[in-house]
Amino acid sequence: MGLESKLGNMGVVTARLEDVVNWGRTNAMWPLGFGLACCAIEMMSAQASNYDMSRFGMELMRASPRQADLMIVAGRVTRKMAPVLRRLYDQMPEPKWVLSMGDCASCGGVFNNYAIVQGVDEIVPVDVYVAGCPPRPEALIDGIMKLHEKIRRSHPIKADKEPIKV
Amino acid sequence: MEQNETQLMELTVDDLKEMRGLVSERAIAGETVLLNMGPQHPSTHGVLRLLLEIDGENVVSCIPDVGFLHTGIEKTAEDKTYMKVIPLTDRMDYLSPMSNNLGYVLAVEKLMDVDVPLRAQYVRVILCELQRLSSHLVWLGTHAMDIGAMSMFLYCFREREKILDIFEMVSGQRMMVSYFRPGGLWRDLPAGFEEAVRAFTEHFPSEIKEYEGLLKKNPLWIDRTRSVGVITAEQALAWGVTGSSLRGSGVNWDIRKALPYSSYDHFEFDVPLRTEGDVYARYWVRVQEMWQSLRIIDQAMKKLPKGPFITSNRKVAPPPKEELAYSMESLIHHFKLWTEGFTPPVGEVYVRVESPRGEFSCYLSSDGSPKPRRVHFRTPSFANLSAMPQMTKNVFIADLVAIIGSIDIVLGDVDR
Amino acid sequence: MSRWIGDAIGCPIHFVCETHMIDLITSHFPEAVSGPIEFHGETTLVVRPDRLIEVCTFLRDDPALKFDLLSDVSAVDHFPASPRFAVNYHLYSLENNRELRLKVWLDGEQPHVSSVTSVWPGANWHEREVWDLMGVKFDGHPDMRRIFLPEDFLGHPLRKDAAQFYEEPQFTHNFDLIESQKPYAKE
Repeated sequence: MGLESKLGNMGVVTARLEDVVNWGRTNAMWPLGFGLACCAIEMMSAQASNYDMSRFGMELMRASPRQADLMIVAGRVTRKMAPVLRRLYDQMPEPKWVLSMGDCASCGGVFNNYAIVQGVDEIVPVDVYVAGCPPRPEALIDGIMKLHEKIRRSHPIKADKEPIKV
Repeated sequence: MEQNETQLMELTVDDLKEMRGLVSERAIAGETVLLNMGPQHPSTHGVLRLLLEIDGENVVSCIPDVGFLHTGIEKTAEDKTYMKVIPLTDRMDYLSPMSNNLGYVLAVEKLMDVDVPLRAQYVRVILCELQRLSSHLVWLGTHAMDIGAMSMFLYCFREREKILDIFEMVSGQRMMVSYFRPGGLWRDLPAGFEEAVRAFTEHFPSEIKEYEGLLKKNPLWIDRTRSVGVITAEQALAWGVTGSSLRGSGVNWDIRKALPYSSYDHFEFDVPLRTEGDVYARYWVRVQEMWQSLRIIDQAMKKLPKGPFITSNRKVAPPPKEELAYSMESLIHHFKLWTEGFTPPVGEVYVRVESPRGEFSCYLSSDGSPKPRRVHFRTPSFANLSAMPQMTKNVFIADLVAIIGSIDIVLGDVDR
Repeated sequence: MSRWIGDAIGCPIHFVCETHMIDLITSHFPEAVSGPIEFHGETTLVVRPDRLIEVCTFLRDDPALKFDLLSDVSAVDHFPASPRFAVNYHLYSLENNRELRLKVWLDGEQPHVSSVTSVWPGANWHEREVWDLMGVKFDGHPDMRRIFLPEDFLGHPLRKDAAQFYEEPQFTHNFDLIESQKPYAKE
């Protein structure tokens, strides 16, 4: 399906609004550089040249939450860090998504004790969980692809009552 | 449960004025600004919070606030048998899990008085030196990226992928390997290991030359790193700084030479030393350590003996699976090891290992049960970071970033 | 300036042999230091808490001993035995290539001992960690506050009688029960 075949004589493309908006949102998603622990190193490996994430639009990790739309929680979240995490999430402008990378962020992982929050979904609503300890860079990219699919199926204007199953 | 008896002082920027000992009088007078370089920051290499007292661009004092990655590994380890603690040790200094494993496993072996076969010792040396290379590559990539040389990050991670492929071939995991077990290794080296390591060691020297060519005589690099973050040898020792940071200040102490473990005394290598104690000295020491690691790997690969990869002491090491089919004794050993675990004698040991960051030690206290009474890890980044206020007297904020990179801290190591 | 004289020859030179070193210490402080306890080649000396600073200063400054690196300060909880807490100091002498462990036994719910930050400044953060996780206070410490846990955390988690913050794993048989108790963030 080439764009040229749809252009016709007048140079006009028709599409649904939600498709265009979702296309824009997924193809240039900037993650917030929120690497906490070991998963952060695999996230950095995914960003580096061997498993390039810029192929998928994530060219740079923005340090400031005001400029980011995806928060990849990479690593274990401690009880001391939890308020900081929530504050950063609140500072991100809509639309925003959260990807919980690794076992510690998804469910507490190997650590079930006084210091670790058992799953970052106790603090922020999570869209995609990527399992692994740490997940391979390919697994992280797979998680990001699933997130892109989820966004493409969602409606940007109407609120979604049910979670989207991909 | 007792209440915290000291004044409840939350370390916010406003309350800092009450802590007269930590910040200078000028901060309390309002002349200098108190700034928070928060836990989420691209240059702090993890979740480190720095409270800075700045006068324009000069940093007057710098107070690290750690604990944002405190995982309670020591508490969790008290609930697990000795073998099950090994995966927990991987996750402390997550850039060199092999060294953490080695420190803990050597402590268990000392406690149980177990002999490790020579093949296992040599393989441990090879893998630890590969781990040192991988850790120094990440350090170099991120340190250079912070100072501004962005492409170093991509080059170093590209080389690191080759080392991670070797780790995956050996243990099945890229980073959290848990390959060393009390008594030896988890399993023998796979076919293809020697070719992979040889291919890597033949190709890597040209890469280090390229990195040195990019940075060593680069006037921008020298301007940013010379005479920045100086710490003298006496200060460094007094504050417990170990590893490359100590050798950058002129103190010749390498645990692999002083208290050799795992047959490091069979290999010849030099210990690089510099006396200035600044960021450039620490950078130079680490790059030279990469060359020495290559030397050790070459020697170990040439001399690698054939033999068992784990001790034959069945009380500690599980028997091979084939034996379970015909030997009742092996079956019982296997059963005991997997259900209850082995029980060391009552006592305590302390073992030091030279991790890429410095002295990594494991203190193990046993009460005669299959679970340790107390496991304490003395991690190098913890002590190195505590010396940071000594290094950051009257520097610029940009220099601060260079100093944090040069001490090579890993926050998982600091906070455990 | 090389602190380790042996490196010119390539091997460490032990100026002081082990027993001589122990005798030197115990003869200097006959009632403050007891031991040595030998285990797998490691030497431990038990020090009385009130004489700790004197002993440490002597160990650091005496020319035959020169324990200039304090590697680690840690504490062990022997609950319910008494005395309950043992604080260990792991020392190392670069010149003599010698290791030593000092042990101080403390008792009670709120134990305290003098801080060695005046002898080795590097003990600063280690002692804060011991206070934070074990609850042993160090008198004379310049900055005695928690280092790892949030300031408002109650209790000292590494003690043997500390509460377990263990979350029950979710299986199929208790799925709904735990699901209802888990505080999911809605927005």
